[in-house]
Amino acid sequence: MALLETRNLTAFYGDFQALFGVDVALDAGETVAIIGANGAGKSTLLRSISGVLANGVDQILFEGRPIGGLPAPEIVALGIAMVPEGRKLFPSLSVEENLLIGKYGRTVSGAWSLEAVYDLFPVLKERRRNPGTALSGGQQQMVAIGRALMSNPRVLLCDEISLGLAPVVIKDIYAAFPRIRAAGASIVIVEQDIGQALKVADRVYCMMEGRITLSGRPGEVGRDDIHAAYFGAKTP
Amino acid sequence: MMWLDTIVQGILLGGLYALFAAGLSLVFGIMRLVNLAHGDLIVLAAFLILVLVTALGLNPFVAALVAMPAMFALGFALQYLVLNRTLGPDILPPLLVTFGLSIVIQNALLERFSADSRRVSAGALETASLQFGPINIGTMPLLTFLSAIAVIIGLNLVFYRTSLGRAFRATSDDRVTAGLMGIRPDRIFAIATGLAMVVVTIAALYLGTRANFDPTIGPARLIYAFEAVIIGGLGSFWGTLAGGIIIGVAQTAGASINPEWQILAGHIAFLLVLLARPRGLFPRAVD
Repeated sequence: MALLETRNLTAFYGDFQALFGVDVALDAGETVAIIGANGAGKSTLLRSISGVLANGVDQILFEGRPIGGLPAPEIVALGIAMVPEGRKLFPSLSVEENLLIGKYGRTVSGAWSLEAVYDLFPVLKERRRNPGTALSGGQQQMVAIGRALMSNPRVLLCDEISLGLAPVVIKDIYAAFPRIRAAGASIVIVEQDIGQALKVADRVYCMMEGRITLSGRPGEVGRDDIHAAYFGAKTP
Repeated sequence: MMWLDTIVQGILLGGLYALFAAGLSLVFGIMRLVNLAHGDLIVLAAFLILVLVTALGLNPFVAALVAMPAMFALGFALQYLVLNRTLGPDILPPLLVTFGLSIVIQNALLERFSADSRRVSAGALETASLQFGPINIGTMPLLTFLSAIAVIIGLNLVFYRTSLGRAFRATSDDRVTAGLMGIRPDRIFAIATGLAMVVVTIAALYLGTRANFDPTIGPARLIYAFEAVIIGGLGSFWGTLAGGIIIGVAQTAGASINPEWQILAGHIAFLLVLLARPRGLFPRAVD
């Protein structure tokens, strides 16, 4: 049984349908990457799983239990934490307060504490008294990841964490993922950076226009397959 | 020396206005909700204290302590069951609902207590005073001011030193992302309004023991509270205290020139500050 899975998931923004019968699965200890162009439905998929968007109860399962209709705070309490697109740090909270707020809804003990997060991203300790939004984009992303880890999640959902960051910064951030996995979290990464996603993922799904167009292990899917699934056309 | 006395009495009066305003500031600072029934809720709490004092023979300070949990529960329920449904991008629904609530509270109090003026007796404290050189300071005005300072310090401690305070600020910043942290915004808003009602009860204690009150005086308290909050800068507790003091000093200064100018002088001070600093004296950096 998968740790987390969606079954025939649909999602709507008003009358606009953004997801059409999406099936994805995440096994315990696994890292899954969801790739696709802008507007493919990747972020909508994570917003659905995290409870920001309401879905049919049976469309999302966590350890076999239907969680599709639960609001975001209850999803967090189950152990599913989200690193939202755009980082979304709280401007009126310092770096340390932004981290501490991450464990508000789930106080289970685990590998992640303030000290563990500072150990993962040492620069945050130096700047812990600064407002979170006063940091560079890369440091803000570290805060957003650390904030999600503070709840000691079983599943970490990462939405476009490389967006707007310099390649060297992206590399630094992705360097933290093996430790996050080793600490016991299973990870779902939504990415437009295909190369980066394929490097860290055990399995990859490609989305286009709200549908899964390709899935497989990174070594098994070819460049042409991904190109076709990503853009809807074969490479010439 | 008369001017010094005027200023000191004005500062002490400002403590009362700061108490009126602190709950309003808390609620507005967290959920951008303008509660037009705030003044009437102060009057409601004053009547609750009056009932406890007269029916049970309690000391007014003890009665206020007893009233606090009841007012917290009322505030929590009011926010959770009614006001949360009005929050959204449109500012009109909360204004209309709290305006209606103001009318409901006033009429319910008139029905139950009539239009007669009431007062809560504080015994010998009412006339007690302390002599500081040439200035005579009433014990109740001094207690009011010290209570206002304690309330502002307490609210700042809750806001900036506790997990609940972090949740208040995070929810105020971004409700959706706060939900992703496991925070339940509806519950946080209800706790904030409950806390505001505890402050309202403290304000009601001094309103009821220092002056006469009747069911219809709420809206005037609301105006003083609004002015104090806006002078201080929306969402700033120390700013709210400063705002209350400015209105208090302006009113006593106006009254010392001509008693008819007391209220007008407070409003003029408010308008002058608004002209010079449209965002108030201590606006929050994040607004």
